[in-house]
Parts: sequence; structure tokens; C-alpha cells
Amino acid sequence: MSNSIISIKDLRFGYGSRLLHKGIDMEFQRGKVSAIMGGSGSGKTTILRLIGGQIKPTSGQVEVDGTIVHKQDRDGIYRLRRKMGMLFQHGALFTDLSVFENVAFPMREHTNLPENIIKDLVLLKLNAVGLRGAAYLMPPELSGGMARRVALARAIALDPDIIMYDEPFAGLDPISMAVICDLIRSLNDALGATSIIVTHDVAETFSFADYIYFVADGVVAAEGSPKQLMASKLPFVKQFIHAEKDGPVPFHYNAPSMKEDFAL
Amino acid sequence: MKTLLNFFEKIGNSVSSRTLRLGAATRLFILILIYSADSFKRIHLTIREVYFTGVMSLVIIIVSAFFVGMVLGLQGYYTLQKYGSSEAIGVLVALSLVRELGPVVTALLFAGRAGTAITAEIGLMKATEQLSAMEMMAVSPVARIIAPRFWAGVIAMPILASIFSMVGVLGGYVVAVPIIGVDEGAFWSQMQANVDFRFDIVNGLIKSVVFGIACTIIALFEGYDAPPTAEGVSRATTRTVVTSSLAILALDFVLTSFMISG
Repeated sequence: MSNSIISIKDLRFGYGSRLLHKGIDMEFQRGKVSAIMGGSGSGKTTILRLIGGQIKPTSGQVEVDGTIVHKQDRDGIYRLRRKMGMLFQHGALFTDLSVFENVAFPMREHTNLPENIIKDLVLLKLNAVGLRGAAYLMPPELSGGMARRVALARAIALDPDIIMYDEPFAGLDPISMAVICDLIRSLNDALGATSIIVTHDVAETFSFADYIYFVADGVVAAEGSPKQLMASKLPFVKQFIHAEKDGPVPFHYNAPSMKEDFAL
Repeated sequence: MKTLLNFFEKIGNSVSSRTLRLGAATRLFILILIYSADSFKRIHLTIREVYFTGVMSLVIIIVSAFFVGMVLGLQGYYTLQKYGSSEAIGVLVALSLVRELGPVVTALLFAGRAGTAITAEIGLMKATEQLSAMEMMAVSPVARIIAPRFWAGVIAMPILASIFSMVGVLGGYVVAVPIIGVDEGAFWSQMQANVDFRFDIVNGLIKSVVFGIACTIIALFEGYDAPPTAEGVSRATTRTVVTSSLAILALDFVLTSFMISG
């Protein structure tokens, strides 16, 4: 029996006539940390949005815990989302609420817990990300790394089965980056959750992910454990991992010929 | 021929996009009504927004109303004294404010002060993915963010319009009685005798409720529909003021026509 919690089958999605995904298949195993990697604009974040039911696929399907996401009505999607936590690229903290209230938000919305229990739970979650002392700060008073950690505490507030991270390392200094890497791994293992990370940071991701998918040209170009991918001879994987300028990913964006543009 | 076709294409596109936006705004309005029950369960959210949209607009409303009332007093006296009816200045000031200027100017000021704030706030929440985050937490932004602001606008507008009319009458009084020297008894008694509660005051309140609905829904829709960029939010804020102002003036004409004929 498959141990996957999320299964993506022949997924196609596009805006207008331009297809971003041209038949993607992925399986995310329970309890594992998986990463989706690829260049900018390759549709990595869109895969997270498809898993979360924020958009519907053109064809194919995303199945979360045995439920086909795009066939659900609004209530069904909301039931699924209660099993998920998501960390947005810049945290997406509610700027009119304090750090404490941000983390308490999902608890207040979805549970009838008394205030003293909510307080204890929020402080525990903040303690897990090392920011118990920042509970009463407002989001503008936080650094980028701190905001990301608060958002992580909020994402795990209801102990979700699935935690999704959209570019968790973008714009962070090396110390904050190491802290986030460590938190992703340790929280995943402590909560028994399944984590999916969308990123293009090779070194950090290869250091702690269990399984990695490379997305390019709308399909899964390569997949495997970090060790397998390091040994891969595929030109795209080699170019990406070693940050090479030359390779299958072109330097130039599609453009008319030089002759046409410069009237030669 | 091609220029003519382009011209008609532009008109067609413009009509089509405006119709689509009107449809989307109507859809948002219906969603707000559907989610209102959810929103009323957390009444503190609506009360908080009444504070931000209503109480925080009080200064601009009171100051503007006082000056509008004073100008009405001066202009009214200047015209009325030509016909020997300067005692009717109280009626003129009160009727102008209660029937027209109170609801209309309040709505215009509300659109400029609270409407733009609502659009910018929601537009920025969208740009910084706060609305998406809420959606991903299985919390409807319409119930949590949009509906409380809508009801706050609908509640605040008639109260602000009433305050505007009251302060405006006071402004007219200050100019007419202590400064110009119109008889105080005539000022108040003529006003009391000629201002009808049902026809003047209730109709004025009805107008302000309708303007409240229009201004707030325009501000909310523009914010909710704004492209998530700095330019998108700034354009949406401008559109809020322009669309609200035009909607207020057009609705005022329609409502006045019905009220006078009915």
C-alpha cells in the first residue's frame, strides 16, 4: 500500500493558452521532507497553490489524503486546508495583529479552546521557533528571519498533517537560513508531519530533504534523494546544482532574431 | 477602415471589462450578505471597524460641516434679505443640510477618507499575501475582513451624516444669529415649523444609508480586485474616490427624484 499523503497525477495547468505544467506526476510520502526545485517561473509555487485548492488544474488531479482537491466544494476545500499549514514567501503575517495574536489566529478561528489554554499553546509554538520573547511585538518590528519563524509557528498552530513552505530561505542571512533549515526538519519529525518545500536554494535543501523533484519545462525533469541527484548526469540537474551558466536552461529569454531587432 | 475597427474594438473592450467588473462587484456584494451571519458572530470586528471608519472620520466631518453651515448661513442671508425673508435662514440651512448636503458631502468625505483607507488596506493585504494566508487557514477573508468593514460603513454613514447636519446647523446659527443678528427665536422656530421628520429627516437618512452601501462596496471591491502591486493598489485607491463620487452624485439624483415624486 502506498504511503503517500499527496499524489499528483498527470497535472496540467496554464494561464490562457500557455501551459505552465504539461503533465506532472509526484508522490509525497508521509513523514518525509520533500522539496520541489526549479528555476524562477517554472511553476513551483503554483504546485503548492494547486495542492491547497487555491486554483484548479486544467486537467489531471491532485489527491490529498485520498480526496481529490479540485472536486471539492468550498466546505470540502476548507476541511482539507485544516490538515495543512503553509508558510508564505515573506511570512504573510497579519500586520494589524501582534505576534501572539498571529499565532493564536487559527486556534481562535477553528477551536473553542479557553483563553488560558490558547495562551499556553501559543507560547509553546513560539518557544519551538525560539521567539517566545517576541510574543508581544508587532510584525513590522521583526526582521525577515523572525517574521518567517513566526509564520512557521502560525503554520503549525493546529498541528497540521502537511506543512508547505514557499521559498522559506529567500532573502535570509546565513544564520537565519540555518535556523529555518533546522526548524523545518525538527518540526517535521516532532509533529510527524509531511513537509513540502518549494525552493531554488540547492545547498540548504540538499542538506536536509529526503526527496527532491526538479521541475523544468512544465514536467518533472528529475527526481530522487539528494545523494542520487548529486550523482545525476542529467544536463539540467548538473547545470542547476552547480549553478552553471551554460547548459539546457538558456541565458536569453525567447526573443526575435538579432537581425530583426537591430534591422541588420 | 482599420482605425475605425480599432475604435469599435476599444469601445467593446471597455464596455466588456466594465460589465465584468460590475458583475464581480455584485458577486462580492452577494458574498458579503451570505457571510454576514458569520461576521456578526464576531461582532467585535465590526465594532472595531466602526471605530476606524466612523470615529476616525469625525474630525473631518465636524470641521467640514461647521464651515459648510457657515457658508450656507452667509449665502442664504445674502439672497434672502433681498426678498425680506432673512428670518427664513434657519429653514434654508436646515433643509439644505438635512435633505442634500448632509448625506452628499458626508459621503464624499467618507469616500475620500475612509473609502481610500479601506481600499489601500485590503489591496496591501492582498499584495502581501495576507488574504491568501487566511484562505489557506480555511478562514474566509470575506467573513473575516470584508463583511465587518461593509457593515461598519453602512452603520457609520447615517450617523456621520446626522452629525454633519447637526454641526452644519450650528455653523449656520453662529453666522446668522450672533454675527449677522438674525432673531434667534425666528431662526429656530421657523426651522422647527418647516422641517418635516418623515419627508426631510428620514429621507436624508435613507440617502445616507444608500450612499454608505455604495461607498463601502466600491472601496471594498476596488481593494479586493486590485492587482497585487504598488501601482495596482495606487490605481485602485484613485478609482475608489472617482467611482464613489460619481456614484454618490448619480444616486442622489435618482433618490431625490423618487422622494420628490413619491
